[in-house]
Amino acid sequence: MKGEVSFSRGYPSLTFGALIGAASVLLAGCATHHQSVVDAAGPQAGRIEGLFWFFTYLLAAIFLIVIVMLLGTLLRGHRGIEQEPLEGVHAPSTATERKLHRNVLAATIVTVLILIGLLVSSVSTGKALSSMGARKDGMAVEVIGNQWWWYARYRSDIADRTLTTANEIHIPVGRPVMIRGTSNDVIHSFWVPNLNGKIDFIPSRVNTQWIVADRPGRFRGQCAEFCGIQHAHMALWVIAEPPDQFEAWMNAQLKPATTPADPDLLHGQQVFLNHACVFCHTIAGTTAQGSAGPDLTHIGSRSTIAAGTLPNTKGNLGGWIVDPQNIKPGNHMATVDLSPNDLQSLLDYLESLK
Amino acid sequence: MSTMLEPTTRTTDVDRERSSLERVWANESGLRGWLSVTTHQAVGMRYIVTAFIFLLAGGVEALLMRLQLAVPDNTLLSADKYNQIFTTHGTTMMFLFAVPVMEGMGVYLVPLMLGTRNVAFPRLNAFGYWMYLIGGLFLYWGLFTNTGPDVGWFAYPPLSGPQFGIGKRVDVWAQMVTFTEISALCVATELIATILKMRAPNMTLNRIPLFCWGMLVQSFMVIFAMPSVMIASTVMLLTDRTIGTHFTNPAEGGDPLLYQHVFWFFGHPEVYIIFIPALGMISSIVDTNTRRTIFGYPAMVLSVVATAFIGFGLWVHHMFATGLPQIGEAYFTAASMMIAITSGIQIFCWLATMWTGRIRWTAAMHFVAGFFFIFVAGGLTGVMLAAIPLDLQVHDTFFVVAHFHYVLIGGALFPLFGGFHHWFPKFTGRMIDERLGKVTFWLLFIGFNLTFFPMHLLGLKGMTRRIYTYPSEMGWGPGNALATAGALIILIGGILFIMNALKSRKYGVEAGANPWDSGTLEWAADSPPRNYNFVLPPACNSRYPLWTPLKERIGVTGLRTDRREVLVSSVMDAEPNHRYPLPHSSIWPFVTAILSAVGLIGSIFSFQWYYVACVLATIGLLGWFWPRRKAEAEA
Repeated sequence: MKGEVSFSRGYPSLTFGALIGAASVLLAGCATHHQSVVDAAGPQAGRIEGLFWFFTYLLAAIFLIVIVMLLGTLLRGHRGIEQEPLEGVHAPSTATERKLHRNVLAATIVTVLILIGLLVSSVSTGKALSSMGARKDGMAVEVIGNQWWWYARYRSDIADRTLTTANEIHIPVGRPVMIRGTSNDVIHSFWVPNLNGKIDFIPSRVNTQWIVADRPGRFRGQCAEFCGIQHAHMALWVIAEPPDQFEAWMNAQLKPATTPADPDLLHGQQVFLNHACVFCHTIAGTTAQGSAGPDLTHIGSRSTIAAGTLPNTKGNLGGWIVDPQNIKPGNHMATVDLSPNDLQSLLDYLESLK
Repeated sequence: MSTMLEPTTRTTDVDRERSSLERVWANESGLRGWLSVTTHQAVGMRYIVTAFIFLLAGGVEALLMRLQLAVPDNTLLSADKYNQIFTTHGTTMMFLFAVPVMEGMGVYLVPLMLGTRNVAFPRLNAFGYWMYLIGGLFLYWGLFTNTGPDVGWFAYPPLSGPQFGIGKRVDVWAQMVTFTEISALCVATELIATILKMRAPNMTLNRIPLFCWGMLVQSFMVIFAMPSVMIASTVMLLTDRTIGTHFTNPAEGGDPLLYQHVFWFFGHPEVYIIFIPALGMISSIVDTNTRRTIFGYPAMVLSVVATAFIGFGLWVHHMFATGLPQIGEAYFTAASMMIAITSGIQIFCWLATMWTGRIRWTAAMHFVAGFFFIFVAGGLTGVMLAAIPLDLQVHDTFFVVAHFHYVLIGGALFPLFGGFHHWFPKFTGRMIDERLGKVTFWLLFIGFNLTFFPMHLLGLKGMTRRIYTYPSEMGWGPGNALATAGALIILIGGILFIMNALKSRKYGVEAGANPWDSGTLEWAADSPPRNYNFVLPPACNSRYPLWTPLKERIGVTGLRTDRREVLVSSVMDAEPNHRYPLPHSSIWPFVTAILSAVGLIGSIFSFQWYYVACVLATIGLLGWFWPRRKAEAEA
């Protein structure tokens, strides 16, 4: 796998035995790369990955030099300084001190030069990143962090082409997407490492970031700023698709829900509309217009529930609705008492919302 | 010397002086006497022992976290418990272990190294310790009553604010910070006064041991940094929470980012507050065990001073992801990288010293070698984090967790353990078991790398910080399992360290005053030092007074021995200025600490308690400063 190759390529410095073992065990368990800094899927993350390897190689070399020098001092014993009367005056001759002085000065100058080089490469990468992506064909997605899920809205100049979804952001391959983010409650941080670095979502502020995917794929992201009890369960997926697939997805998502003809589904819809669900969730095309929780108009089309916590299966969804506090203790979803029949119909209805 | 001091007696009868000093510096017996102690060795040792107990508590919390994260989807700890534990771990290590233990080492060693009898303000010193102890107990009282803080050791609003920070958890955290910052300010004040004004005659500024330079610089940093955290935690956060101000509330014109700036203006220097004393310890260990004077003394001093200045200019690198203007970010990248220059110079100087010295391979030197390995690795990942594009990727991931444990454990804990092994004979009068000390080192060194190295890789693979669990399909399981195994090795090392200290304290070989043949003045005192340190305080004629021939050494005569008197000298050249009587031991610092604590703790429940705190503290201070009759005062 690509990521594995780059891992082993990146650590030539691990000559120290124990750590080689550590790293290889880790790499054996390295099955997925959908949330990895070193498996870039876009120009921004790619640029950063390049900078990362440059820093890693250079700094690993410096580390090795320092350690070799340290071992040298420890292992050389008295060689070369037998003539120095250390015990009497506790200092070597002035000639030796002068030599040391020259060496320390040289090492300091080299350090400064290396740091200047690193500074220039870092700042120029930063500059490149900030201008990268700002293109005419770019699109914007508004993302709002909530305890503990992500709200996403695709704005359009055409009123009925504005769509709202949650926890899954589809983007077309090759087209720059500007993430415009803020928060509804506490500070969150939006991070999809395969595409770009992280950006904090802060209440009352809007921060922006460009992402571009240069290959199709599913990329996982996760809230990176501690945001309360369920910080661990606040993931999202960015799904990069070829433009035509993206258009198809968009068109499907723009459709409001229709009143189902199937009596079971109809019953499910009634269960939804007659319970507390409506206070927090929206299903476009119905009277459910709550905004405290994720929009469920197309819940059946998403791959996960509870902000990436569980795969979206009927069983998982049932478990989630019956006892959300068991799966994500402390989250803000209310427990709704439902009879088994009602629950079945509700699940059928929700899963039908493709 | 003696002519300047108008000596009471020229024919020094050392034995009579000694018995007089014994009497006047003796601590009272009994519980009251124990609570009244103001001698710096006792207070310093209390700081050190208390801090090590908190280290143990913080270590247990770390171990609990490691056990929870050892396997995916673990349920050993609930989310709520985990969040309380990681917050308490960070808080304990920063506020209750790392800073106080360095202060304790300073309080213990600085007066000895300077050749004086006590710190400048002994009662303030005792008061500072009691405030620290109460603050620490307060935090753990919170943890054990399910009121442990759960918003991270940085407590960012709005999460920590009145709307989202439930119960009294955040208040306990914020007020604990108040206690420890008062304590740190007490120590900083008295160490600055001690180092600048109470040095042995002729210990000019360029002869101060590097450890004392470190403590001096650290103390100034404390004085500039601690008020900042007081503004963040006590003023902004606590008043937002208790009386409804809106410092951090965006809806009312406040700003959560303002809190972050003020907090990190303290929080980043805090790292150097911990790290700079440790550098001084390394210098002491290195010069003793290479049998030569430290190479590049002026460069070392200037590097430490420069580190302190730069340390205040790079707090924003904790906030790169908050969306700041690019021009400012470039400045903070440059400033963050500059730290590598000052650290580099010191490392080069130590290497030069070791290169031309004759290394004695003691346990303490093992820890210094470990410091080089771990700290340099951590420093280099720090350079990576200074680069904004890289920081934006690995910020708030386990890569950062790995980085700062490499820096703090490598840069502060390893030198501290080295220093503990080095000065153990001075503390206890007995040698520590060197063989066990070396085994301790290897356990800690291997355990440490096994625990924290995999975290670099976990961070690169996307593992964010402060998560109580993770799904197995992320592939983070093996790395975490390895880290937990490493943590268990650290635990064994820690147990061995404690056993070694307890055993050697009782059964170790008697050390004598200067077992390592060191050059600095703390080794001129008895081991353990008497309460008055020296019968005749030494004068100083070089950077390493004990390495000068015996016949050239001078003692200070003429100080009164029938009261707690010390010599005050000039700031630059340490010319003797005048004699100065230090206050006697007193129970009032303890009483004042208790009375202030009642008010401070009460105030998190109701703001009115601040008034109570003022009244109670005033009562304490009245007792503290109550004048004694002349005869009584001189008794």
